Amino acid sequence: MSNKVIHAIYNDDDILMDAVKKTRAAHHHIEEVFTPFPVHGLDKAMGLAPTRLAICAFIYGCVGISFGTWMMNFIMIQDWPQDIGGKPSFSYIENMPAFVPIMFEETVFFAAHLMVITFYMRSRLWPFKEAENPDVRTTDDHFLMEVAVNNNEKELISFFENTGAVEVKVIDKH
Amino acid sequence: MYTFSSKLKTFSLVLMVVGFLGIGYGFLSAPKNIQDVEKILAKQEHGGHQEATHASANEHAVATEEHATTEVEHIAVEPNAEKAVTDSVTEVADSTEAKIATEAVQAVASHKAEPVKHEVNEAAEHEEHLNHVLHQLQNKPWSALYVACIFFMLVSLGVLAFYAIQQVAQSGWSPVLFRVMQGITAYLPVGSVIFFVILLLCGLHIFDSNHLFVWLDPQVVAHDELIQAKSGYLNFPFWIVRAAIFLAGWNLYRFYSRKNCLAQDEANDDNFYKKNFKLSAGFLVFFIVSESIMSWDWIMSIDPHWFSTLFGWYVFASFLVSGVTVICLTTLYLKSKGYLEYVNTSHIHDLAKFMFGFSVFWTYLWFSQFMLIWYADIPEEITYFVTRIQLYNLPFFGAVVMNFVFPLLILINTDFKRISWVLVMAGTVILLGHYVDFFNMIMPGTVGDQWFIGIPEISSVFFFLGLFLYVVFTALTKAPLLPKRNPFIEESKHFHY
Repeated sequence: MSNKVIHAIYNDDDILMDAVKKTRAAHHHIEEVFTPFPVHGLDKAMGLAPTRLAICAFIYGCVGISFGTWMMNFIMIQDWPQDIGGKPSFSYIENMPAFVPIMFEETVFFAAHLMVITFYMRSRLWPFKEAENPDVRTTDDHFLMEVAVNNNEKELISFFENTGAVEVKVIDKH
Repeated sequence: MYTFSSKLKTFSLVLMVVGFLGIGYGFLSAPKNIQDVEKILAKQEHGGHQEATHASANEHAVATEEHATTEVEHIAVEPNAEKAVTDSVTEVADSTEAKIATEAVQAVASHKAEPVKHEVNEAAEHEEHLNHVLHQLQNKPWSALYVACIFFMLVSLGVLAFYAIQQVAQSGWSPVLFRVMQGITAYLPVGSVIFFVILLLCGLHIFDSNHLFVWLDPQVVAHDELIQAKSGYLNFPFWIVRAAIFLAGWNLYRFYSRKNCLAQDEANDDNFYKKNFKLSAGFLVFFIVSESIMSWDWIMSIDPHWFSTLFGWYVFASFLVSGVTVICLTTLYLKSKGYLEYVNTSHIHDLAKFMFGFSVFWTYLWFSQFMLIWYADIPEEITYFVTRIQLYNLPFFGAVVMNFVFPLLILINTDFKRISWVLVMAGTVILLGHYVDFFNMIMPGTVGDQWFIGIPEISSVFFFLGLFLYVVFTALTKAPLLPKRNPFIEESKHFHY
């Protein structure tokens, strides 16, 4: 079975949003939408699940503060509790205020960097990665909706021509 | 138009009556002379109420040591002596050392040039101690009243500042809430008058029992070189005139801003809106200067030997977050009664974000002030925190938990910021936490180790809470809850996040 998809191209984000809603209503499966900029509300219209990146960041932050706490406790209290300028290093809590800037920064550092790396991994972005751009114009001023064809090519073409598409193409995907 | 529900009206009146009776009880039950104090102290020794009882077998050393701890802020600063106090406090068990330290401190306090090892007249010292405790106990009902009064007045001032910021920032989300904010700031004139009267009572020495501001007592100043050196700033006429100017300035802004806002409803152009914009910008400049000075005058001068540069910001953060919380709670209440048609969960979500953000901001300033002083450990600054950590341990650190840890964990979640009961819970904790914050700022300097959150304190809060509710909800009935011709009102009605 050949792997055919429809590429419906639009030149306005409002028309695209309407088209997405119509396509969803007609129960055609949207494979992907390519846009040159974030279109507000597109994810909701497509029915995408909300991101869980913020939850990841929170957990990474917890890891960061734990690491900062453990590190300062081990170095300053357990390993070599030296008297430095009269700071009390008998227990962690006694000298805690001095460690807070480090704990805070570790939290932010872990939360930010690990979240960004998570984002790269989940969205498969890395240097030398081959661009997955179906049409160069989608990075500039065109919007493209990709819909799978299941032996209903003619019906789909006429459907998308009615949604205000400036161009409807059938592509063989390898 | 909003109609004041009779239940809420009765509730606020009951709060006021109960609070008033409690305040009266607080004043009546305060000791009149040192004989009363002796009885109270004897009771405490036997009842084991104060931590002092378990400290040492030597009763006298304990008593004087307690005296020294609370006196810490009132005495002239002498690094060695101060250090001795700090040490003695941490090693309470060593009563002999504590006694020596105490004597050293008192020698400095009375500005005697003689060496430390002179003989101390024990009877006179005991008398002095009783007198000191008497002042603290007499201060209790005054401080309770003062803390509640300044807290509620500053909450409405925080709302006013937030309101002015919204005007100047031309924010598109908040115009549907302007009338709510104006309603809350209606407490400001009422609160200012009561507060000003309390300041006058402090300064004119109408009541013998009022020792809230030690620098207002000429006898204290006569023996205190540090306060003498500050008397160019800390003197009653200048102080009260400053207070009058600040309170008048804030109230004038509130009055004209509200007037212009109502006039804008009936106008055909945006003239009144522009007037309000300029007025708000001017107010914010005046506000930040007056707010800073206000915090020195009304709060920091309670401890006239201590100073901190970021104190003004710290106080500001405390009442700003309380103000935003009050806006949020009032909005939720009015919304639940069906009065705010155009307020949706996005508006609430925005308010919750401000609650969250300003809570963290408060913590940042709290910690910055604490950590800088703790780190350098300069005796003349650290006494402020020594008193608080030794004597106010739970309120001092409890305030951080209530104002930071709790809101941080609750309000970090986007979904929670749209759920009314979560916000009511978080808001209640934040407001209580910031009351405790003001309690921590004022009480150690006025009542020292004699603090307790009892009838005078709770009654004062009840009284001012009742008054606050009554004034605010009466004001809300005076104007429609939706401004008509605000240039941003359409955007605000359809605000969605």
